[in-house]
Amino acid sequence: MTRVLSIGAIWLALVGLPWWLPLIGGYTALGSKILIYAIATMGLNIVLGFTGGLSFGQAAYFGLGAYGAGMTLKYLAPSTPLAILIGTLVGGIAATLLGPLVMRRRGIYFAMITIAIGQLFYFVMVRWNEVTGGEDGLAGFSRQDIHLGSLVIPLTATNYYYLVLICFTAAVAVMWALLQSPLGHTWVAIRENRRRMEFLGIRVERYVWAAFAVAGFITALAGTLNAMLFNFASPQDLHWILSGNFVIMIVLGGMRSFFGPLLGVIIFVVAQDYLSSVTGNWMTFIGIIFVLIVLLCPKGVLGLFARRTEAA
Amino acid sequence: MKTPIFTTPFDRRTVIKTGAALGASTLFSPPILTYAQGETPIKIGMHDPLTGTYAAEGDSEARGAKMALAEVNAKGGILGRKVELLIEDEGANAGIAAQKAHKLIEQDKVNFLMGSVSSATSLSVTQVAHEKGVVYMVTGGHTDPVTGSQCHWTTFRICTTTYMLAAGLAGTLHKKFGGKWYFITPDYAFGHTLQESYAKLLKEMGGTVLGNSLSPLGTTDFSSYLIKAQQSKPDVLILLVDGQDLVNCMKQAAQFGLMKKFPIGGGLSELEVLRALPKEAKQGWWTLEWYWDQPNTPHVKEWVAAYQKAHNDGTYPSARTWFGYAGLHALAMGANTAKSIEAVKVAKALEGLELPPEVKLQPNKVYFRASDHQLMSSEFPGEIIQDGVYPRLFKVADIVAGDKIALKDTGCKLDYPA
Amino acid sequence: MELLLFNVFNGLIQGVFYALMALGLALILSLNSVINMAHGGFLVIGAYLAYTLQPYLGFWGALVAGPVLAGGIGLIVERVLIRPIYSRADPLYSLLLTFGLALIIEDMTRTIWGPQGLPLEIPDIINSPVSTEYFFITGYRLFVVGITAAAAIGLYLLMRYTLLGIRIRAGTRDLETTSALGVNIYKLRALNFGFGCMFAGLSGVLAAGILGLTPPMGNSLLMPSFVAIIIGGVGSLFGAVLGGLIIGVAAGITTTYYPAASEAVIYLMMLIVLVVRPRGLFGEEGLFE
Repeated sequence: MTRVLSIGAIWLALVGLPWWLPLIGGYTALGSKILIYAIATMGLNIVLGFTGGLSFGQAAYFGLGAYGAGMTLKYLAPSTPLAILIGTLVGGIAATLLGPLVMRRRGIYFAMITIAIGQLFYFVMVRWNEVTGGEDGLAGFSRQDIHLGSLVIPLTATNYYYLVLICFTAAVAVMWALLQSPLGHTWVAIRENRRRMEFLGIRVERYVWAAFAVAGFITALAGTLNAMLFNFASPQDLHWILSGNFVIMIVLGGMRSFFGPLLGVIIFVVAQDYLSSVTGNWMTFIGIIFVLIVLLCPKGVLGLFARRTEAA
Repeated sequence: MKTPIFTTPFDRRTVIKTGAALGASTLFSPPILTYAQGETPIKIGMHDPLTGTYAAEGDSEARGAKMALAEVNAKGGILGRKVELLIEDEGANAGIAAQKAHKLIEQDKVNFLMGSVSSATSLSVTQVAHEKGVVYMVTGGHTDPVTGSQCHWTTFRICTTTYMLAAGLAGTLHKKFGGKWYFITPDYAFGHTLQESYAKLLKEMGGTVLGNSLSPLGTTDFSSYLIKAQQSKPDVLILLVDGQDLVNCMKQAAQFGLMKKFPIGGGLSELEVLRALPKEAKQGWWTLEWYWDQPNTPHVKEWVAAYQKAHNDGTYPSARTWFGYAGLHALAMGANTAKSIEAVKVAKALEGLELPPEVKLQPNKVYFRASDHQLMSSEFPGEIIQDGVYPRLFKVADIVAGDKIALKDTGCKLDYPA
Repeated sequence: MELLLFNVFNGLIQGVFYALMALGLALILSLNSVINMAHGGFLVIGAYLAYTLQPYLGFWGALVAGPVLAGGIGLIVERVLIRPIYSRADPLYSLLLTFGLALIIEDMTRTIWGPQGLPLEIPDIINSPVSTEYFFITGYRLFVVGITAAAAIGLYLLMRYTLLGIRIRAGTRDLETTSALGVNIYKLRALNFGFGCMFAGLSGVLAAGILGLTPPMGNSLLMPSFVAIIIGGVGSLFGAVLGGLIIGVAAGITTTYYPAASEAVIYLMMLIVLVVRPRGLFGEEGLFE
């Protein structure tokens, strides 16, 4: 019951965000960014926290989604839903196709292979000047108003935030359903004891592949929304440093819990936004936060609370 | 993590002091501006990289802007209201630049935007500024589309275009050394357009392009390109890379003894780059966009002295410093001339606005061209002084007026609201 | 053809840098089981300390002092930050912690020395071309190769013939048993980490002679070093060196024909290695899985 109430409270807070966030010194685009990164990291967490795979190249699919959406709007058709669809498919299909390469590895090898894939995509985007704009990034497109029959919804900052919120809710619902299903339980079991699952006859690699593919689709969705938030896609959206930031946000909030990534994203994005305005040494503070989290609460912020409620 | 995340807008944000002096960086700066009784200040939002590869350039621009801020406020501000400058670090990341632009506009309610070192950030922010209808003064992003194919009525630019850079020096190089050139070009939009501009000018003068090596941005090892260049036996080796890439390229060219073999020339250079060169690499012909040593230009000596008084760390102002300085002054002048802070009126006032001598700090007529909002600022082509010691690192050969060398049509179609 | 040979040669010299970085990284990965994302940061520390001490100690003094001090700082970092997380099974934590440390180091460097690029002056005797034909083999680059070779050989001799070396190798195989046999593994791990950081510091001083000093200078060398370790084989020091040389040559060859892909090719190679033979050339089966 408390769980439903707390989820309800979170959701209400998110719905009312465009009103209360500016009051405490925030801005709507920040709220949109938080939700977008939350979608990306919750998707990544399916692999990282629930299946136990150290994926360090997730930004690749984020970036693919971003460029997919941007290029759709720029070269194909001025339609926001189409951009979202195509961007998500591009990133998701890439993850699905590359899954077989990734699924057989574990530990540091898994991490490095995801980094390798991520960096290869990064270099393609950065060097393909004619199509992607190269270092300068992809510009010259913008999100288009949504036409529902005769109703035209202009995508102002606030309306766009709600679009993002709708996508967030949908993504969360899908992930929740997946994680509650036998598939989700298998993932957790693989994380807990891979060898036993192998002995039980489960094709562990297939499940890792599935997790990787699902995560790819969801992160790509986040990427499409990000491209349309600022009407800009940049190669830095694909770089391993962004992948690393995603992982940090998940660990910060709590790897093992469903909403951990959301909390981690809120703390990280807000801290970075605030600190970089206030001091020229914000990198030091962010670095100190990383170090302290690892040393003092490796289970993340939610992990601090979980210990009290979980049975021994 | 129960720290209060936001406080009220009035005391949360301050002007950032970036520590460039040895061991003297403050982590938190107290608010340094007070407000006139009952009047809300005019806010200008500036975005620049204060961390990362371009931190030195971003820091210079910020310093220049702060100097202009003090002067503008001393003379009564904009329309009698005090001006406040908010500086945001974007680390040359286009996405973060756009985010900060949103923040400055939506949260801090700035009236004007300025800044950029990286071309990508200028492109991403120019979109945001246009969306929000805020006048944006690009200080240091050189990519041509900013006042070309992706121009907007809200965007103005201080630093010169790649065509102007090439046109300032091409004639001198051809006359002095000959017409067979080999290029090493950074592989992104700025480099491509700069090389194309040079190639076009070279062909018009009857020269030939022997070859063009594209080096990825951030290349540390230029050996293979230098090897190819050497094999082609050019009259001039043209290095179009900039920033740290240029430092590395020139060092390697010097270490390979290439600088003794043929003359080196290039596109854009900056005082920050020249300062980082070891003595054997101090050679060649380059274009600066502004230089501190102008004995015949009025006001320059005083400005340099004022800079040194304000900073007291032995540094001299660079072109980047001047970009920030002229940029903020231009915004103030535009608003004061228009007698309004409404974006359209300020934009119209800026078109054709000429910078006065104490702001332009160079000879020649310096003004914003109405057709594309590009400042017709001069180029300073010249030669690096071989045994030069900072700050005396460059000898200016000529100060070429911007409007004589700029492309007449940059492909810009201004999109004023109906 | 000549161009290709030049580039292969040149790539070998470039690869020497990667090899030196990879060596330190491999040391730390093998015994400390730490994925040291701050390795680039220790490179920066070594370089900047050498720059600061150069007016007092001269180039040669700074060449020794920089790495040694970097190693010393490594010892402190190991004691304060790394030791508490040895008990964590997941390598993710060492990765994240050192990631944060790297941010702190870069930012503090910029705060103390400023964002401006700084040159490191090299003595003239080593700074001239050795021949006009092969002009890209400058004296300094030969010097770099020589110092790296000396360091690598020194490390080999240490590992092979000294008690410390034997203990480190034993600890890599089986830390528990080594400890049970009476070796002070705390001191051992600390020294090992210090050595690794010393190698990073040495890379920094050598790199500064070619690249100059900037606060983010370590970033571009960090990932290729990891690639070198993977290709050469995790757990093998010789593999780390070989891996560095291989990716240097690969990048050099690619630059001849298709420069835009010169950075991407090393990741492509890593991908192929990870798919086909994850333990790399000389790595051991089953390590770190």
